[in-house]
Amino acid sequence: MLNNKIPSGPLAEKWTHHKFSSKLVNPSNKRKYDIIIVGTGLAGASAAASLAELGYNVQAFSYHESPRRAHSIAAQGGINAAKNYPNDGDSIYRLFYDTIKGGDYRSREANVYRLAEVSNNIIDQCVAQGIPFAREYGGLLDNRSFGGAQVSRTFYARGQTGQQLLLGAYSALVRQMNTGQVKFHPRHEMLDLVMIDGEAKGIVTRNLITGEIQSHSANAVVLATGGYGNAFFLSTNAMASNATAIWRAYKKGAFFANPCITQIHPTCIPVASDHQSKLTLMSESLRNDGRVWVPKKKGDKRHPTEISEDERDYYLERLYPSFGNLVPRDVASRRAKEMCDLGHGVGETGLAVYLDFADAIERMGKDVVVQKYGNLFDMYKQITGENPYEIPMRIYPAVHYTMGGLWVDYNLMSTIPGLYILGEANFSDHGANRLGASALMQGLADGYFILPHTIGDYLSGKLGEAVSIENDAFSKTETDVKNRIDNLLSINGNRTVDDIHKELGLILWENVGMARNKSGLEMAIESIPKLKDEFWKNVKITGTADELNPELEKAGRVADFLELGELMARDALNREESCGGHFREEHQTKENEAKRNDEEFSYVAAWEHKGESLPAELHKEELIFENVELTTRSYK
Amino acid sequence: MKVILKVWRQNNAESQGAFETYPVENVSGDMSFFEMMDMLNDQLVLDGKTPIAFDHDCREGICGTCGLFINGRAHGKIRAITTCQLHMRSFEDGETIVVEPWRAKAFPVIKDLIVERTSFDRIMQAGGYVSIKTGGTPDANAIPIAKRNADESMDAASCIGCAACVATCKNSSAMLFVAAKVSQLSLLPQGQPERVERAINMIAAMDEEGFGNCTNTGACEIECPKEISISHIGRLNREFLKASLKG
Ligand SMILES: Cc1cc2nc3c(=O)[nH]c(=O)nc-3n(C[C@H](O)[C@H](O)[C@H](O)COP(=O)(O)OP(=O)(O)OC[C@H]3O[C@@H](n4cnc5c(N)ncnc54)[C@H](O)[C@@H]3O)c2cc1C
Ligand code: SF4
Ligand code: FES
Repeated sequence: MLNNKIPSGPLAEKWTHHKFSSKLVNPSNKRKYDIIIVGTGLAGASAAASLAELGYNVQAFSYHESPRRAHSIAAQGGINAAKNYPNDGDSIYRLFYDTIKGGDYRSREANVYRLAEVSNNIIDQCVAQGIPFAREYGGLLDNRSFGGAQVSRTFYARGQTGQQLLLGAYSALVRQMNTGQVKFHPRHEMLDLVMIDGEAKGIVTRNLITGEIQSHSANAVVLATGGYGNAFFLSTNAMASNATAIWRAYKKGAFFANPCITQIHPTCIPVASDHQSKLTLMSESLRNDGRVWVPKKKGDKRHPTEISEDERDYYLERLYPSFGNLVPRDVASRRAKEMCDLGHGVGETGLAVYLDFADAIERMGKDVVVQKYGNLFDMYKQITGENPYEIPMRIYPAVHYTMGGLWVDYNLMSTIPGLYILGEANFSDHGANRLGASALMQGLADGYFILPHTIGDYLSGKLGEAVSIENDAFSKTETDVKNRIDNLLSINGNRTVDDIHKELGLILWENVGMARNKSGLEMAIESIPKLKDEFWKNVKITGTADELNPELEKAGRVADFLELGELMARDALNREESCGGHFREEHQTKENEAKRNDEEFSYVAAWEHKGESLPAELHKEELIFENVELTTRSYK
Repeated sequence: MKVILKVWRQNNAESQGAFETYPVENVSGDMSFFEMMDMLNDQLVLDGKTPIAFDHDCREGICGTCGLFINGRAHGKIRAITTCQLHMRSFEDGETIVVEPWRAKAFPVIKDLIVERTSFDRIMQAGGYVSIKTGGTPDANAIPIAKRNADESMDAASCIGCAACVATCKNSSAMLFVAAKVSQLSLLPQGQPERVERAINMIAAMDEEGFGNCTNTGACEIECPKEISISHIGRLNREFLKASLKG
């Protein structure tokens, strides 16, 4: 049975009461505990620093060369908090409400409320660290507005908010590395979780430089290993982002929640060729002034400036007269794909739509456009070689964020005792759709302000527990890891890792992407395991296990994506409704909008691994709404 | 188009490296430099050879992981971009492109084009922070900061830690990198209490790691993908002088 451990009592008092009633570890006893943290992005670095400050012995691991390189660094837009500095009516309750509603009512009230509650502490913390957030002339902090909210609550540091927040968490972390309270292991990839008597007690890693396989033991293990958008091959995620850590934990018994719920971002630079390796996000703010259109005629290959006004279809303005180009991410994405599927797509591949600034330039003047969007236009030009001041930009949706992840209770503990999951890696507080500027908030909330208060409850019961890598469980897990690597290297087939990964990506994109239907999902469930077989029979990896071998690293990650991909499709097939980022074509209104089914699907789908040959088993955590009323979104 | 790559290959830190030449066909101008390398690597794998190892992650110029010397220039010849932002349309059809790793005593080669930059982390450990703990901090708006200072601090904070400045400097000095952090914090009230120790300790750590001295050649500023200004080195020098006088 899934026990989410949500404390009783009124919503606004739950967290305070919970902190008070959780067991504590006495300050002088904290040094008797070892904690492993895998991942040093926003969530992992903030947790590692905060736990070390409290006196715990922390071992932190990352496949990156330095904690400063994590994928979190790429976040551009900003971070939300309920400070209400602009005096525009914001409050903890409003941030809570917007997040629940934006998530299309598929998250837990208690978790989201807590997130909103600690959001303000995060900003205080970051400013104290010396993060140079944007300021107004009077010297106070500036805020901007972001999708899904009617107030300005987003704090930002130019277009580099993720970078500055990560460098802040990194500075707290290096300070603890300097005192020796944190031991950081760079270029070490966790390849499996070690369980002793049903609890998480360590990990097995591969040293990416030497290939050495090593065991590490601890009283508790924390995974803050990020999202799995790269299952699709092409996404806005960093190249190395992967699901291996959480997938290994899943196979050791941690439930995987809502794996199918993915966020697709509407404004990305489209794929240029088969050699495309990743996709670049263009800020959503562009939709404030750019107009989206496609040619009315199918397959129209003319230059965009030769297509006259009456031959253009400004489809968002046509379909959504009141919101126009500013409909939410999921709606804008889905409509673009639909236009391209119907043959109206533009550019060489036909997989793009225009985002046109000609009217904006005429209305505001080129200078204003340069001021507002100059850096984005430059970036676009650098990548595509086209000048967006003269030719409309080409954009297309891309996989951006995964709302799914390992299931956690209110304490952020997975279904495996002693295993905690933070940041994008957990199934998150974002329900079926994450609002802009809320992932950074959640990662830092988890690491700075939640885990340090909840981990004591588990650890206090383990005082005096001695875990050692001498335990057989470690040598057994090491053997499994080594065998898997040897297997991979021995296949010596004739397809590269990327080649197979691209095929998986295409299956997922076509069938488990922006719009899903029963037959497509069934097809994916059938074809992904076949591709997995193909991978294990026909992949080719050169080099050895005892050296730096990037192909081998990729292969291990793709092997896990191949299994996760199937689970994503199963989850999507099971969820017979449309909500947020999950759109089932069978479940839409007459106007082609998402139709939730609150009667039957107001639950978190938590999947349990049952063995290699058996399908995963579904467990349901009912979502109970006591404070908000469930409504339907409309953007007409 | 077609290009000829002359790439530095080196098995590991101990082994001797050498250039190897690879013709690459079917290159399109829209490919990024790394996508061209991906294509070459896939072919090497299929031919049963070891692909070329290079560091990269975000591929959009922000993580600081990538960094190659291309035709003798850190991150290639285009200003204000990282190697991952370089596209093949910047090269001529048939061009020979020489590709090398960062070269500096403090950055030993791990393999091929990958170097070890953990020395940068150790410099940061020596003082690249404000010594506060999680929690108990004042309200974020309690200390107003002049926009001018916040903006200049942000200019310095934009450093991505790629180390192009070191690689391009004839003395292999890390002054621009260190200056960026010292400057960021000394422009803000939060950085004041530890100002003296920070400058002294970070410079000591830099010396200990085997980076060279700064002789103000200005090469770092030219190659820095984030256009960090050498005026920050001026500020660092003033901080250091003040610190030494106090010390
Ligand atoms: C282009 C882009 C822009 C974005 N903009 C915003 C924004 O403006 N606002 C916002 O709120 N959110 C934004 N997001 C989302 C947000 O950046 C991420 O959700 C968040 O940063 C994830 O942080 P994390 O700490 O959970 O994981 P990550 O930052 O991904 O860190 C993962 C860490 O785990 C390590 N790791 C993973 N697996 C292993 C393993 N097996 N062994 C060892 N180490 C491992 C990695 O080395 C890394 O240190 C954006 C995302 C993208 C892609
Ligand atoms: S100062 Fe510039 S060149 Fe040097 S590490 Fe920072 S970003 Fe790179
Ligand atoms: S790969 Fe991140 S900066 Fe180049």
